[in-house]
Amino acid sequence: MIHARGLTKRFGEFTAVDGIDVDVLRGEAFGFLGPNGAGKSSTMRMIGCVSPPSAGTLRILGMDPAADGPAIRARLGVVPQQDTLDLELTVRENLLIYGRYFGLSRALVRERADELLDFVQLTDRAKDKVEPLSGGMKRRLTIARSLINDPEILLLDEPTTGLDPQARHTLWDRLFRLKQRGVTLVLTTHYMDEAEQLCDRLVVMDKGRFVAEGSPRELIARYSTREVLELRFRADEDISVYGEKLAGLVERIEVLPDRLLLYTDNGDRTTEEVHARGVRPAGTLVRRSTLEDVFLRLTGRTLVD
Amino acid sequence: MTTTTARPVQQRPAPGSVRRTAAALEYWLVQYRTVWRGTVVSGVLTPVLFLTAMGVGLGALVDDAGRLGGEYLLFLAPGLMAATAMQTAEFESTYPVMGGIKWIRTYHAMLATPLGVADILLGHLLFVALRVLSVASIYLLVIALFGAAPSWLALAAVPAALLTGMAFSAPIFAFSAGNENDAGFAALERFVIVPLFLFSGTFFPVSQLPDAIEWVAYVTPLWHGVELCRGLVLGTAELGVSVAHVGYLTVCTVVGVAAAYETFRRRLEKTG
Ligand SMILES: Nc1ncnc2c1ncn2[C@@H]1O[C@H](COP(=O)(O)OP(=O)(O)OP(=O)(O)O)[C@@H](O)[C@H]1O
Ligand SMILES: [Mg+2]
Repeated sequence: MIHARGLTKRFGEFTAVDGIDVDVLRGEAFGFLGPNGAGKSSTMRMIGCVSPPSAGTLRILGMDPAADGPAIRARLGVVPQQDTLDLELTVRENLLIYGRYFGLSRALVRERADELLDFVQLTDRAKDKVEPLSGGMKRRLTIARSLINDPEILLLDEPTTGLDPQARHTLWDRLFRLKQRGVTLVLTTHYMDEAEQLCDRLVVMDKGRFVAEGSPRELIARYSTREVLELRFRADEDISVYGEKLAGLVERIEVLPDRLLLYTDNGDRTTEEVHARGVRPAGTLVRRSTLEDVFLRLTGRTLVD
Repeated sequence: MTTTTARPVQQRPAPGSVRRTAAALEYWLVQYRTVWRGTVVSGVLTPVLFLTAMGVGLGALVDDAGRLGGEYLLFLAPGLMAATAMQTAEFESTYPVMGGIKWIRTYHAMLATPLGVADILLGHLLFVALRVLSVASIYLLVIALFGAAPSWLALAAVPAALLTGMAFSAPIFAFSAGNENDAGFAALERFVIVPLFLFSGTFFPVSQLPDAIEWVAYVTPLWHGVELCRGLVLGTAELGVSVAHVGYLTVCTVVGVAAAYETFRRRLEKTG
């Protein structure tokens, strides 16, 4: 579906996307996980055929964006990072006019609009202006809109950023259903739980490059341990001192501003060993490794800053 | 809970460029539906007020002085028609263009679909053309009701006013898309549109101006539009001169469209 080799985007001297290779297969959910400025949106805009690559090859649905932009975009659905809804028009009008951009007949667009409003649970708001809708509703409308042309690939740039947990879960549910229907999903996120929930395969991106690639499980298995012991300390304590005291206890220790992360295969045993060394943290937590830990390992930084 | 057709999808060809441009135009028409009433009211009121106050009221004084060599209302009306075409074009080509890029981001919404920069630009320009066309038509109708359109040639003043409007619209599209924010629009109004409105032969012949400024007036598109419309409405147009006016205005339009395309392309590629 998507094939890229050495894909690069430069803005003047600055390289936002630095020669990445991507292959996305039909029906899979593929994610770009990375912190602010990693180059996720720049990549998505190239895949969406609105921003020409500075270098490298890119094929979408077997076509070249430079030559067949309109034909490719006719088969894509795009949920941009920043909403582009018309706040002055009604919810339904936003869908109708968008469908017309794809050359769909008025009758077909009307039928699809009603189905999609139902799908994203906005039927009762159909005649309202978009302006007063909540962030989650707007996002759902943007997703409905992106589906008006029955796309084969859906590009979602941070679909749930800024939404409350409940709104995010509603959206994930809708996206999951789309995937079950065979829509290929390509999404960016800086939420590891989103990536874990939705993606079959993902790349971890940092500073325009891929630092790792695989399924969420593979990545965790490869770059982290089974469990993580988090030690929290009081704000007035110097955490690095404890880091030194515990050195060598486990294979890897991360020192964060407010806590220590101990990577271990057995959190409870490590907890006892910590106590045995005379370290008394204000709180302890044993949890499973997540993509956040993978990211920390690979880049030395946390994902959400 | 069923939406969208079952997979695998049947492939639909992307719409051709005429349909893409038409779809972009359709957006602006849908948007216009929310404001059309107000624009029709002002479309009628503006000519009625101007022609009454200046054409009839002030005109009586001018005619008494007897230096114009004709009725002031007849002189003024076609000039105002061209100037109003310019103002309508300016209004429709500044804030809405900035909105499409920055505020409402309509252009970006369109770019994610089969529509390309050229379709988006042409669709929007066509909408401005329709607006100018309707404003000019109403204007001519009011002029006729004031008994100030003595010739059937006056009908040709509508397309002439349209061309005048587009000679402003297209370059202003380029200007608007090249501006980071709307601060430049007030300057455009103050330093370009208002001076042109006042000094391009709308209210008095440019021969009244000091020589140096008179030559500036000849270069401005509005003077050509005013002269063209005046000749047509009064039926005094000479073919050669009119063709020259049309030619000049067409060049402004074409150069403006090319510049607008270039600025649109750069700006829309840059801002996500
Ligand atoms: N039009 C542009 N001109 C100049 N620099 C740009 C432009 N667009 C993006 N950049 C830069 O490229 C880098 C990558 O930006 P991009 O938007 O792709 O990141 P991102 O991974 O989507 O980040 P975020 O999570 O904040 O959305 C950033 O440093 C950004 O400042
Ligand atoms: Mg982004």
